Amino acid sequence: MSEPMTADVLKVEKLSIEFQLRTSVFKAVKDVSFSIKRGGTLCLVGESGSGKSVTARSLLQIVDKPGRITSGRIVLTREAEVIDITTLKANGPQIRAVRGGKVGLIFQEPMSALSPFHTIGDQIDEVLQIHLHLEKAEARRRTIELLRQVEIKNPAEMANRYSFEYSGGMRQRVCIAMALACDPDVLIADEPTTALDVTTQAEILDLIKRLQQRRGMAVLLITHDMGVVAEVADEVAVMRNGEIVEKGPVEAIFHDPQHSYTRHLLEATRKLEHNSRERDDRTASRIEPVLSVRNLSKYYGSKQAADGSWSGGLRAVDDVSLDLYPGENLGIVGESGSGKTTLGRLIMRITEPTMGSISYRQADGVTSDVLDMRGAALRAYHAQVRLIFQDPFASLNPRMTVKQIVGDPLRIAGMARGRARDGRVAELLRMVGLSPDTMDRYPHAFSGGQRQRIGIARALALDPRVIVADEATSALDVSIRSQILDLLLDIQTRLDLSFIFISHDISVIRYFCDRVAVMYKGRIVEVGSSQKICTSPDEPYTRALISAVPSPDPRQKRMMHRVRFAPEIADA
Amino acid sequence: MPRYVLKRLLYMIPTLVAISIVAFALIQLPPGDFVTTLAAQMSQAGDTVDPNTLAMLRRQYGLDQPIWVQYWIWISNIVLYGDFGRSFDWDAPVSDLLWNRLGLTVVLSLTALVFTWVISLPIGIYSAVRKYSIGDYAATFFAFVGLAVPNFLLALILMYAALRFLGISIDGLFSREYVDAPWSWGKFVDLAQHLIVPVIVLGCSGTAALVRIMRANLLDELYKPYVTTARAKGLSEWRLILKYPVRAALNPFVSTLGWTLPELVSGATVTAIVLNLPTTGPLLLRALIAQDVYLAGAMILMLSVLTVIGTLISDLLLAWLDPRIRYK
Repeated sequence: MSEPMTADVLKVEKLSIEFQLRTSVFKAVKDVSFSIKRGGTLCLVGESGSGKSVTARSLLQIVDKPGRITSGRIVLTREAEVIDITTLKANGPQIRAVRGGKVGLIFQEPMSALSPFHTIGDQIDEVLQIHLHLEKAEARRRTIELLRQVEIKNPAEMANRYSFEYSGGMRQRVCIAMALACDPDVLIADEPTTALDVTTQAEILDLIKRLQQRRGMAVLLITHDMGVVAEVADEVAVMRNGEIVEKGPVEAIFHDPQHSYTRHLLEATRKLEHNSRERDDRTASRIEPVLSVRNLSKYYGSKQAADGSWSGGLRAVDDVSLDLYPGENLGIVGESGSGKTTLGRLIMRITEPTMGSISYRQADGVTSDVLDMRGAALRAYHAQVRLIFQDPFASLNPRMTVKQIVGDPLRIAGMARGRARDGRVAELLRMVGLSPDTMDRYPHAFSGGQRQRIGIARALALDPRVIVADEATSALDVSIRSQILDLLLDIQTRLDLSFIFISHDISVIRYFCDRVAVMYKGRIVEVGSSQKICTSPDEPYTRALISAVPSPDPRQKRMMHRVRFAPEIADA
Repeated sequence: MPRYVLKRLLYMIPTLVAISIVAFALIQLPPGDFVTTLAAQMSQAGDTVDPNTLAMLRRQYGLDQPIWVQYWIWISNIVLYGDFGRSFDWDAPVSDLLWNRLGLTVVLSLTALVFTWVISLPIGIYSAVRKYSIGDYAATFFAFVGLAVPNFLLALILMYAALRFLGISIDGLFSREYVDAPWSWGKFVDLAQHLIVPVIVLGCSGTAALVRIMRANLLDELYKPYVTTARAKGLSEWRLILKYPVRAALNPFVSTLGWTLPELVSGATVTAIVLNLPTTGPLLLRALIAQDVYLAGAMILMLSVLTVIGTLISDLLLAWLDPRIRYK
């Protein structure tokens, strides 16, 4: 390397990007400046809508129409060569040489970022053929080498497979291999681990770090997760509403933040580091559980032998036993595919279990078996045990007004009509912190957090006793996330509710839950108080899971010194 | 893959049996039979009809038998001897009638199909990629006109225009001197000239529909993350679009093959009548009106078989095109 280590590889100066809308101009990025040094990592942090992804895309001139760069410079320096990307002709040969050649890009969605029609090898070969003009056979040789570098097993064979035969983590590895194929100077990673489990996230961030050190590459990491920032960043730029409100070394940002928004983000993240209500375990022993799950199993495609044993197929939920006590928040944590969502569906009886029992204790003390319920009994059960969904955008019918959505359970139960129902809807909306004046509007008029509040209001409509929340805060920004959690806690104290809170996010579980059940491959590996699970778990799997959670403090990088759980690395 | 093909072929057998029964039942549904129609025609012409003669005719044609016996005679002859029976109306073997017309029908329909695809694919792609451009608006406009104008009306207009401005008559598929002539280069050129207008007419609405289908499919794909990934690799824009999103947008296109194949036989009956084309469409219509059981039955059976085969071909093509289906 002829240059000193401190040289800026990429320098963005006063970049502005606008979207020409039908009647107005939306300024997505305003006068943004930052630079990345060779071998350095800059984290661009912000919540949804802050303009961080658009900024990343503009570096390759791939902002979707009608967005366009209105002013500023993006200067890429490679040895003696200096290119201002903003001056290059759209889709011309020069900008195409930058894309994939000098700057590599990884996206958030490894599930959809690869074409399902072409083999993985074919899609990586292509980059090598475009930029290095390699022969087909030589390109494939390099592809296999790249797949080996990103730690894909049997790379020669896997190159002929299709993306749908890869797991999420493996696909992200493929995307990394593709982005790094031509030895770029800069790697842009746009939320590369947001869609992945914590353990897979740790693996991927670790891989990026190692490849970066080996190649001396600059990395621009875009994320909303302050924990990830603390683990990997050298420099941090905090974005809000298209502007960089604060930038500086990671130490300064975390330990001496200047801007109120940075402090707000950090507080929202650190708040989730602790439990919201450090309660003693007095509740558990004396009271009868409201829900009791015993030996619950759900097998898909398994066959039962004559002696009653099962073989083959998939054991989505395998011999799970749980108790939920009144007023308790029980967390169910696990990675994708661990069976936690299926368990929630079994408890709701949306899915029929293969075997086991669920008993529900009504308010009057009568206990009945949920699996024997039919017709009216099941409807009564569904009125008392309700569900909050993950996706606030997909779970509200866009053609119904808020009044109809929230009033729908009342209508189905035939409980309140006309003005009485409107009054109840208004009361529910106030309870979740929304103005009743909004009830005639449609869901599209609300933000993600507001929609989730509407979803909660709907779940509360019939005065339930138990709420099953399946990843209820996963789709939300971190500051909204803690607001929603606080709202649920507040409602809980007022209405005497019990929660089953299903999540892959340990920090949310730690904040919200009294007890936690850890699921792995359909089984519950450990149950305990959230304090115990999150600080000193007994099981090796739980220890590995907890240690992979990024810590929002650059002085205590947890992830890079994490404990590994051996079976997990194989298929990450 | 061979197992999949074999499985699909085996599934076809019960489907075809069911179809043959339904087809036969269907043509028996209208009241009366061929003899009734014949009697009605004769009495219209002023002839007296002797009931004994009618009964004799019924016996002769086997129409006095129970319906399942009629079905059994019909289907066993087809399966065992390839004999589709005799047309009462034309007094000729059904297979002769069909073969006479089938060749030209297939030529005409396949040409129309190729025409449709060749025109609609590029226009559809252009329309999607340059969404809301002048070209897209023009394509959209003509596509809606093409969808809205009935084929036979377009046929009439083109016939009128050809006669009025070019002074040529474009009905039929051959000029008078070639109709019964043996095949020669001259006859081929004559056929090609006569094909132009029917192909345009028959392909028009299909093209319009496929342009819209392609545009909609491609618009769904164009903004998918894998397209952005490919763009970030440095691919040139057109190569990128043709390799990735177009490939994905072809799936629904291929599925249309399933219902295009039977249209080769039944398609555009009205157009064929207007243009006086010697294809199978008008034959089917006449057979149905006259309750010509065996001719109508043979044609309906053939349509159904073609639908099943068309679906099979499009499914196999899809499996070949889309690894996700192949690896299922």
